[in-house]
Amino acid sequence: MEDEVLFFQEFSIMGKDFSNAGTVSTQIKAILKEIGFDPVIVRRAAIAAYEAEMNVVMYADRGVVRLRVTPHKINIELEDEGQGIEDIELAMQEGYSTATPEMREMGFGAGMGLPNIKRNSDEFEITSERGKGTRLNIVINAR
Amino acid sequence: MKLTEIKELLDAEVITGANRLEDDFQEVCSADLMSDVLAFATPGTILVTGLTNVQSVITAHVAEVGAIIYIRGKHPEEDAIKLAKQKNLPLLASPLSMFEACGRLYAKGLKSGSNTPK
Repeated sequence: MEDEVLFFQEFSIMGKDFSNAGTVSTQIKAILKEIGFDPVIVRRAAIAAYEAEMNVVMYADRGVVRLRVTPHKINIELEDEGQGIEDIELAMQEGYSTATPEMREMGFGAGMGLPNIKRNSDEFEITSERGKGTRLNIVINAR
Repeated sequence: MKLTEIKELLDAEVITGANRLEDDFQEVCSADLMSDVLAFATPGTILVTGLTNVQSVITAHVAEVGAIIYIRGKHPEEDAIKLAKQKNLPLLASPLSMFEACGRLYAKGLKSGSNTPK
């Protein structure tokens, strides 16, 4: 059964909650490691999840992350409510950033987030509606 | 190079991970931007950084950085130390500048732990 869901969990992220930023992705990393995925795969998923989580914390009001694991795929879906992205093509360019000085002080906002998520994903989809929010779908093949 | 030798080389203080001073490191990556670490750092590298907040430790954990050396006499924040203890991640603090710290490590033959595009 190729699409049998081995694991599913939903997490929530609060926008601007910098003190908890990263807790969802560290949990995701621990879960994937526990399931027994190859460390290279776990690292890719954790990096993609962390960048995506930071984007929600930095730019959105709130967000939901759904982690779905099947024998062949890790699927991380993020949906946030917030300002959305005006020009996705521009946001996908390395180095393009709308970060504030506060975000840069955190070590983020270099304009590497979305390209970095894409680089670590086997499938990557992004949709956004200005003033409503953004949805990311990240798939990492288990092998 | 063993972490204990790196500590001596950089006049560094060990903040966490005293039990891991015999660990051996071959690569070094230096960055203050955590997205650059996530994008380019190789697993197992040492990270040399001036960013002292908890994100430095989370980034190291996520990207599988082996140890962090804070430079310019900076010390990591309390929540960063707490998390590093939980994850058993060595944190060191050196009074040297980023240039001087990286230069000394380079001179000892450590390699780049950063897969930057050519």
